[in-house]
Amino acid sequence: MIRAYLEKLGRMAEKFVDTAGLMSIMLFQAAVHAFTPPIKFRNIFKQMEFVGVQSLFVVILTGSFTGMVLALQSFNALKRFGAESLVGPTVALSMARELGPVLTGLMVTGRAGSAMATELGTMRVTEQIDALVTMAVNPVKYLVVPRVIAGVLMFPLLAIITDFVGVLGGYFVGVKLLGINPGVYIGRTIDFVQVSDIFAGLYKSIVFGLITTLVASYNGFYAYGGAEGVGRAATNSVVTASVMILVSDYLMSSFMV
Amino acid sequence: MGMIKISNLKKFFGTKRVLDGVDLEIDKGKITVIIGRSGEGKSVLIKHIIGLLRPDDGQIFLEGQEISSMSERDWGEVRKRFGMLFQGAALFDSMTVGENVGFPLKEHTDLADEDIMKIVGDKLRRVGLVGVEHMMPAELSGGMKKRVGLARAIVMDPEIVLFDEPTTGLDPIMSDSIADLVLDTQRSLQTTYILITHDIPFTYKIADKIAMLHEGRIIEQGTVEEMKNNPNPVVKQFLEGRAEGPIKVY
Ligand SMILES: Nc1ncnc2c1ncn2[C@@H]1O[C@H](COP(=O)(O)OP(=O)(O)OP(=O)(O)O)[C@@H](O)[C@H]1O
Ligand SMILES: [Mg+2]
Repeated sequence: MIRAYLEKLGRMAEKFVDTAGLMSIMLFQAAVHAFTPPIKFRNIFKQMEFVGVQSLFVVILTGSFTGMVLALQSFNALKRFGAESLVGPTVALSMARELGPVLTGLMVTGRAGSAMATELGTMRVTEQIDALVTMAVNPVKYLVVPRVIAGVLMFPLLAIITDFVGVLGGYFVGVKLLGINPGVYIGRTIDFVQVSDIFAGLYKSIVFGLITTLVASYNGFYAYGGAEGVGRAATNSVVTASVMILVSDYLMSSFMV
Repeated sequence: MGMIKISNLKKFFGTKRVLDGVDLEIDKGKITVIIGRSGEGKSVLIKHIIGLLRPDDGQIFLEGQEISSMSERDWGEVRKRFGMLFQGAALFDSMTVGENVGFPLKEHTDLADEDIMKIVGDKLRRVGLVGVEHMMPAELSGGMKKRVGLARAIVMDPEIVLFDEPTTGLDPIMSDSIADLVLDTQRSLQTTYILITHDIPFTYKIADKIAMLHEGRIIEQGTVEEMKNNPNPVVKQFLEGRAEGPIKVY
């Protein structure tokens, strides 16, 4: 009983080490290939469009509603101390430092990360990746590098947009619905929020972009077992990337304070 | 002369033994056809020749150089000498037919797009496809996909061509014209061919050498005439396509 349990634990640990190892190798290879010419600009732009432009709608939707609910909740809480004027900075700081990057990360992982894992997984099980290899094209350079670059560049941009619409949503609820004085709302926000707060969020976004695209690429690349395997790759990549985003967010927050 | 030499090649998947000591020489500028029952490991064998799979034991030599133990980086250059058709065609489904066929040219040459499209059109015509450049692979029939895969495999005029079941899914007339294409490029470009097929008339038309893979080894090999007269009952049964014989269908 205990033995079986320990064996299972051992296998899980082994698998974890394997995965971490292979993913590190992929990251290393991607980093090397990212800077060795020829650089595939066309592929990079295509992925930037896919990760960035096509995520705009979902990101704007999440950002604005999050800003709105933040304003509502913080108004209710701050009212008890007579500090309604701090709704603006509360919304802005939460968005910039935490929710902008994290929500963008999670939403785009769900949307683009799963699609990437599915696409690469399909390419793997239908031997398209093998076909690339036989044509003397390095699949990491051709497939992984553009996706990782797109993630690292587009996640911060998307996070800024999330921040921005979140603050707008907060303003709308705070000022238009809850009746906070607009001058006070804006003034306090400007007083309290610093450029470094925004940057703190952007650094996180870069890391999240890397996590999402690398995890998706890894899962797609090592997919096996037909359609079921492709589905498993997509699910795994969303779950793994989401957990990694939340854990790394905590770690980075505790370092950046 | 042996251009490619396979020596005692063994491959396991888990505990399942697929190749159990394959010995085979592929002659330069000749057409070698590998036959054998479904699931015997023919596809696995040619994937070793182009370095997609690594042997568990044994070696493969290309012009005397051991390629089976080469690093992935060195393989990059060697693979440019090869063209391969996969059993399932393996077309890039995010690209048009034209982009698929032109892909190796785009990646490895400095040709202008118009020149690439001209070569692509020419190769597609040779496999009996006209005006399909802008179609997506999903819009093609099985036999059309196969032919696009054929065109892509030969677009760079490679020295060594590996075809995994080039005529499966093609009508007999098309099969025959693929045979002509193979013979034609062999004569004009001295291309070395390694083909896997279950198509016996096709094999008889083109093969310089037939090798039969059975239970993990090459059990018999020889010219068309030699194989037709081969007394081995396994070969006889296979080439005559009979259900009764030493090979059992369970
Ligand atoms: N990646 C793999 N993992 C595990 N087993 C494999 C793998 N690839 C092939 N096999 C096994 O190896 C054996 C040989 O497969 P292979 O595809 O080479 O057969 P084949 O001779 O090409 O058959 P067919 O004529 O049907 O194409 C099969 O039993 C198959 O199950
Ligand atoms: Mg096969």
